[in-house]
Amino acid sequence: MSEFFAQFAVPHPSTLIYIAMASIVLGSIALVAIVTYFKLWGYLWREWITTVDHKKIGIMYLITALVMLFRGGVDAVMMRLQLAIPENGFLDAQHYNEVFTTHGVVMILFMAMPFITFFFNFLVPLQIGARDVAFPRLNNLAFWLFFMGMGLFNISFIVGGSPDSGWTSYFPLADNEFSTSVGTNYYMLALQIAGLGTLMTGINFITTIMKMRAPGMTLFKMPMFTWSALIANLIIVFAFPVLTVALAMGTMDRLWDTKFFAIGDGGMDMLWANLFWVWGHPEVYILILPAFGIFSEVISTFARRNLYGYTSMVWSMILISVFSFAVWTHHFFTMGQGAFTNSIFSITTMAIAIPTGVKIFNWLFTLYKGKIVITTPMLYALHFIPLFTLGGVTGVMLAMSAADYQYHNTMFLVAHFHNVIIPGVVYAMLAGLTFYWPKMFGFMLNERLGKATVWVMSIGFVLSFIPMYITGLDGQARRMYTYSDAAGFSTLNMVSFVGAGIMSVSFLMLVWNIWYSFKNSPRDIGSDPWDARGLEWATHTPIPHYNFAITPDVTDSNSEAFWDYKKNGTKLFKGEIQDIHMPNNSGQTFILSIFFFIGGFALVFSMFTLAIISLIGILACMGYRSLEDDHGYHIHKEEVELIEKKYEKEGGAK
Amino acid sequence: MKVNMKGTLLSFMGLGAILLAGCNDKLAVLDPKGPQAQRQADDTMLLIYLMSGIVLTVLAILVFMLFKYRASKQSPDYEPPHIHGHWLVETIMIGIPVIIVIFLSFVSVKSNYIVENVPQEYEDQEPLVIYASSSNWKWHFSYPEQGIETVNYLYIPAGRSVEFKLYSYGPITSFWIPQLGGQKYAMADMVTTLHLAADNPGEFWGRNANFSGRGTAENIFDVTALTQTEFDEWVTEVHETAAPLTEEKFDELLEPGHLGKQTYTGTHLEFSPAPEHNHESSDEEKEDEEDHSSH
Ligand code: HEM
Ligand SMILES: [Cu+2]
Repeated sequence: MSEFFAQFAVPHPSTLIYIAMASIVLGSIALVAIVTYFKLWGYLWREWITTVDHKKIGIMYLITALVMLFRGGVDAVMMRLQLAIPENGFLDAQHYNEVFTTHGVVMILFMAMPFITFFFNFLVPLQIGARDVAFPRLNNLAFWLFFMGMGLFNISFIVGGSPDSGWTSYFPLADNEFSTSVGTNYYMLALQIAGLGTLMTGINFITTIMKMRAPGMTLFKMPMFTWSALIANLIIVFAFPVLTVALAMGTMDRLWDTKFFAIGDGGMDMLWANLFWVWGHPEVYILILPAFGIFSEVISTFARRNLYGYTSMVWSMILISVFSFAVWTHHFFTMGQGAFTNSIFSITTMAIAIPTGVKIFNWLFTLYKGKIVITTPMLYALHFIPLFTLGGVTGVMLAMSAADYQYHNTMFLVAHFHNVIIPGVVYAMLAGLTFYWPKMFGFMLNERLGKATVWVMSIGFVLSFIPMYITGLDGQARRMYTYSDAAGFSTLNMVSFVGAGIMSVSFLMLVWNIWYSFKNSPRDIGSDPWDARGLEWATHTPIPHYNFAITPDVTDSNSEAFWDYKKNGTKLFKGEIQDIHMPNNSGQTFILSIFFFIGGFALVFSMFTLAIISLIGILACMGYRSLEDDHGYHIHKEEVELIEKKYEKEGGAK
Repeated sequence: MKVNMKGTLLSFMGLGAILLAGCNDKLAVLDPKGPQAQRQADDTMLLIYLMSGIVLTVLAILVFMLFKYRASKQSPDYEPPHIHGHWLVETIMIGIPVIIVIFLSFVSVKSNYIVENVPQEYEDQEPLVIYASSSNWKWHFSYPEQGIETVNYLYIPAGRSVEFKLYSYGPITSFWIPQLGGQKYAMADMVTTLHLAADNPGEFWGRNANFSGRGTAENIFDVTALTQTEFDEWVTEVHETAAPLTEEKFDELLEPGHLGKQTYTGTHLEFSPAPEHNHESSDEEKEDEEDHSSH
């Protein structure tokens, strides 16, 4: 019995972990108590957990992303603190390894991914004038699978031990022989479950965009964010199955000692690297393309001008998506594949810089002859342009394979990818969050605080990451928990720590801004507070759950339908209000996901009976669903008219 | 706003200056002591200049646009025009990156062949072959020609090319001596080849740059380049003083953990040969091999 419980203990406990455990347990108890006290369980179940409304599902992704941003951020500061002083004793090697591994996984998969998925969910149906996504219930299932994967990954921290072989989890290091705790099992299974959810999202949004666009919206009239979402989801559908297969093989290596990647009996460690990066490289474009989409919306709105070179923008994204699958080998130029292979991948990698450069020039020329107003979202975009360019050109440096022999696995590389991912993805997400906040919640975030946040964040960013380029060239390798004073880069590491501290302040300012604005911002802001351009602003605030009372018709407008309506008086809403068909909520998807969670947990600890029980549960849920008839329901015409009247009385612009 | 934009511009130039000043301060990678590292440092400097040019151009255009087209500088009734694009602008905008990438592709391909082969200066003599294998968390250096083996330190003759044969008894590691040249992976199931050379006698440091578990940070080694005479003397001395490396002893060395510097006669290659079978993806490597055998 005690042996049974012993396996759940954390193998490398420390004071920090005990503090974290205690705060997680106390936090959970407090949360349950609050929900019970205010009798919110029913409300949560009816309005959120079982919801099929794309807007609410979006907001659940958003909350997850923000919580994970905080968690990954704490990890980041811990790493910078450990490295601030040479031979620091704050974290030991094992703990540092767990921290950078979970930081990487959490930031990429459980922060950046849900953040972009929030935008897919919230924006795409509104931008194309649809009532919901193509498969609303699948959308709910996708969220819960993703959420369970996230949950499973995060409990590794307090039950059984965290993964410690890097977010790339290279074999044979990740195999049982060298990673003895259950940490890497968590990695394999949590990513698998979350990845299934992502794959469903991909299928759902491709179908939504292809099938549910408003009348008159041809592909080349789609708003730029929807274009970026379409392409990102296409990449998801091609890339994620590779991850699924790789993780399945990795799981077998760990649980049943198969030898796909492990040492001996023909196991091939290079195969893992190949499979991982065939998914991993496109993955970064899954993140960055929607970010480009958001910046395009923001920049054209606040330059008060249409996007320059719409068509070249679209084609450059299509090219990027194709190229993104042809460059994965640049992640292991140093694996001894010879000059010829390296030359090919060096060239394909640099070629991606061309369409990316085109996009930067398009944004710059969107400012040309514009009437630029600098709001918080715009300020994020304006900081993004030069910072991202810097990250991009250092990417070109890394693409020079022979020179990369000197940058690979160093802080130079860490500086580069944070330099693209923070100004690129994180800034875009925060710009979009600020931009769409009034549409979601009916009040604006404070502009003064918002702009100050951007400046503090950029200063922190520059101080934190530019020194890493230099220490990288001076020989500081990545993933090293300590270095000697003689190495000579302690000053720069201290600067970097100060920068990370300043960045944390900016995130706290963001939280403060949300609270402050919630308390103080006016609520009578109408439905179009930014004087924006896309169809998503053509509906009321708050958005009725059917989105548009009458389906918009954009036959006579261009890609900025709402702007056309405001400036040229093109008619958007033709026809009369009719009965609206809506999908029903469902709790089955949540229950199904719980079975996935239990099954995943069981497999982490090789508890096969429990795993089989949850498999039966999963199959039973699926069987039940396939026998069920669910035709949704109708909101009757009279009811819609009533709701619309109420909005008009309250003065929501339209 | 005005101050802010200028501030950004200044801080960027400041950063550029720091980076370039850093180079004078001899960052390891930019302080090459051998032909391969020299080529990589030259490429790096070329890239730093070219890339700074690109960043500054983008920044200059951005600042120009912001000064010229801010709303506060325009009359309230100004309506920005609807502009789709212009063929000339778009051609330039695509053309310049294309030219840069083509130029860099030539440089890159050329550097690849240089870095993957025996340095041109030293082609007239046979390279010295050293097998460098890693085990958690040590480096074993076998000199088959000299019949000696060291742990965690390396003596090489200056002015002669060294051909490292890399592999690992465990997780993937990466063999890196920044001042002599960039790194390459050492893996359990194949041998990779890295050509390095030191132009003059001197001392350098090397390390495993790839994460391989708890002891990675301390997985380092010292490199000393000697004159050929000194090197030969050292070899003789080792043969006179060091103990032979037995299979038993070697198995002991492979146990996970850290060790200081050690020296043995004989090499482990005799009883534990390197995994030098033909790996599927090493076609090019075979080509390379043929290449320099014909010199
Ligand atoms: C908030 C500021 C951040 C700081 C100060 C920070 C700091 C760091 C540091 C110091 C490392 C290197 C660990 C090492 O190699 O020893 C690292 C690794 C990493 N970071 Fe961040 N980070 C930040 C934000 C982010 C964000 C937003 C993302 C992604 C969306 C991200 C993704 C990663 C990844 C993927 C790794 C590699 C992990 C690995 O080596 O396995 N980071 N970060
Ligand atoms: Cu990549």
